[in-house]
Amino acid sequence: MTRAAEFHVPLATRRSATGIPTGRLALWWVLASEIVIFGGLLASYVMFRLHHPHWAEEASHTNVWAGGFNTFVLLTSSLFAVLGHQAAEHGDGTRAARFLKLTVLGGLVFLGVKTVEWSGEISHGFTIYRDLFWTFYYTATGLHGLHVIAGMIVLWLVARDAGRGKNLHRVELIGIYWHFVDAVWIFLFPLFYIAR
Amino acid sequence: MAEADAQSFWSRYLFSTDHKIIGLQYLFTGMFMGLVGAFLAYVFRMQLAFPGAHVPLYGVVTPLQYNALVTNHGAIMIFWVAMPILIAGLGNYLIPLMLGCDDMVFPRLNRLSYQIFFLSAVLILVSLFVPGGGFGGAWTAYPPLSASAQYNHTPWGAPLWLIAVALEFVAFLLGGINFITTVMNARAPGMGPLQIPIFVWMVVIASVVFMASVGPLVAGAIMLLFDQLLGTHFYDPKAGGDPLLWQHLFWFFGHPEVYVVLLPALGIVAEVITVFARKKLFAYKTILYTSFATGIISFFVWAHHQFVAGIDPRMAHLFTITTLIISIPIAEMTFAFIATLYGGSIELRTPMLWALAFIAEFLIGGVTGIFLGANATDIYLHDSYFVVAHFHYTFFPIAVIAGFAAITFWFPKMFGRHMNETLGKIHFWGTIIPFNFVFIPLFVLGAAGEHRRIYSYEHFSQLFTPGLQNLRVLATVALVVMLLFQFVFLYNFVRSWIAGEKAEPNPWRANTLEWAAPSPPPHGNFAEMPTVYRGPYEYSVPGRPLDYWPQHLPS
Ligand code: HEM
Ligand SMILES: [Cu+2]
Repeated sequence: MTRAAEFHVPLATRRSATGIPTGRLALWWVLASEIVIFGGLLASYVMFRLHHPHWAEEASHTNVWAGGFNTFVLLTSSLFAVLGHQAAEHGDGTRAARFLKLTVLGGLVFLGVKTVEWSGEISHGFTIYRDLFWTFYYTATGLHGLHVIAGMIVLWLVARDAGRGKNLHRVELIGIYWHFVDAVWIFLFPLFYIAR
Repeated sequence: MAEADAQSFWSRYLFSTDHKIIGLQYLFTGMFMGLVGAFLAYVFRMQLAFPGAHVPLYGVVTPLQYNALVTNHGAIMIFWVAMPILIAGLGNYLIPLMLGCDDMVFPRLNRLSYQIFFLSAVLILVSLFVPGGGFGGAWTAYPPLSASAQYNHTPWGAPLWLIAVALEFVAFLLGGINFITTVMNARAPGMGPLQIPIFVWMVVIASVVFMASVGPLVAGAIMLLFDQLLGTHFYDPKAGGDPLLWQHLFWFFGHPEVYVVLLPALGIVAEVITVFARKKLFAYKTILYTSFATGIISFFVWAHHQFVAGIDPRMAHLFTITTLIISIPIAEMTFAFIATLYGGSIELRTPMLWALAFIAEFLIGGVTGIFLGANATDIYLHDSYFVVAHFHYTFFPIAVIAGFAAITFWFPKMFGRHMNETLGKIHFWGTIIPFNFVFIPLFVLGAAGEHRRIYSYEHFSQLFTPGLQNLRVLATVALVVMLLFQFVFLYNFVRSWIAGEKAEPNPWRANTLEWAAPSPPPHGNFAEMPTVYRGPYEYSVPGRPLDYWPQHLPS
């Protein structure tokens, strides 16, 4: 019988040589790898944009109001994530769960608006094939949308746990992730909607 | 051990979260894929030596098949052999042991990363057998050839190939995050940054470089997949796209990728030579800093792959300079290794032979790279067999020679038994000698103007002279000889695993922590979690009765 077998919690996960909790450390590395993915896509877009002045005309067909409203929705949902984190800090799992569910609701509204927006655009002939601008538009906002969906699923799972008082430290982590999703949108909005 | 014993075979070996089992899974998958990759090389080399002939174990090679063979050989060797063996396999096996802890910080994430990797390996193999055959647009997958089935004639093969590569990237991103956080947070008490073994550092730096370089390519791959499946035009100049975009994204990843696999290989060599020269690793800190420098500089050289792709000459000069600069840190590391060997009491055991061969062969790769990094000479040599020979003189030492150094070195730890020395030496010479006979002819062929990725040279009378054709036959025969000698290794591996001479926990009298664990280490690794008192390379310290001084022994 080795001593190692007696460790019920694996030892590696309990150490913290840097002083930063391992979960948070890992999350920052996840975000770093996400940033370079979006970075690659957006850098490609910007390079093309500089060579295609006519994209300004295409961009004028995007719906600034819908985009602006969605920016507001995402920022609000981020605020709920912060409030959820605060509640978790005070050990109030039920309250944290409630705020996280509000965050999920924000994500739902965002996706709803996006659906209306896309269907309007597609029905007016602005499909992914119309022009490279639209190809980029659908690819970038679609990739972002996938991140919103993934974030909502994890938010929901974390909220369920938090409601039972379990794994409260994860409330902070999913919050950070959600802020990231928010931050990406802050870049997409001006690049695809405003900059004409 | 009770806990581990109670698990069923499945949860213990196939769905284990133990870093050692996962490491071995990666290692074995990598070795298996290595056989596949080598078989593909055998088939297309036979075609080049004996155009149109029936290749034993395969049949007649068609031009489309030839392209698929070359493409998948390259992709498999880099992504499914070098990466899984050097980084994931050895990294998983050794990092927690070398850090003195029981496992990775995210064991279940670790298992998930292997499962995704396994799926990607299955997909790339499946892609060879779908209607239309495997993808044949080269491992660099340049559009427009890769973007449309109209050009590559592989409607299934191309997307499957791309999805397999993308999944492989995801697996290594997850694995890398686990490695980096483990090394940052889970080190044994007393182990400061400068007490970490070089191999562990190298895997960490490689993981960071991989993570930073692969992101843009993932974005590029999404765009390519859309071009393939939806018919969008990201890379199609007719509709406003640009095929050069892919080249930039690909090589922004592709060049750093060379260092992603090179650094762990250098780490392995460093570990092996200090042990078998019984000397302190020369200039540990300098090696570390130059590795960081290499990682960073590797992001500023990518356009040397585009010297012939319509690049502005001023830019070409810039990239020539950065490319030549990157050889400085690598040369510096090689000198550090030679200085480590200098005056050591060298034991020529099998792992040491491999490590020394690494230095010698890699040197040839490095020196010939200078010709390709300089834009003026590259314009002549570009896409010739000179390039093929050059990068095999770098990749073969990395993936194969360093891989064998590592396996023979850590075998006693992994399986508690020794490999047979005589068989090991036969295998060593049976690999190294033919290897040079495979690739030195390719330098000559390339300098004579032989372009790569060509199915048959029969239609190029100036390339189909008896002299050049004999060189092709020589390279192919040497390859067959080399492949046959690999069976010596397989036999030695299996036989030693079952019935090799029993090994003590620390048979090489080494310092690093993995040797403080039992062989093979049980689930949880150490009976007593170690504390670290000194650096990993205290060999032959004056005034000590023993010529080694393990990291975990109090003074
Ligand atoms: C078993 C010994 C090997 C032989 C005989 C061999 C031979 C070849 C040849 C003749 C080509 C190229 C042809 C062409 O451009 O037309 C090639 C391509 C390539 N090989 Fe190898 N190779 C071997 C091992 C390796 C290893 C170990 C690696 C990397 C770890 C590797 C990586 C590549 C790559 C990346 C390509 C380029 C594929 C492409 O153009 O799409 N090879 N190999
Ligand atoms: Cu390069």
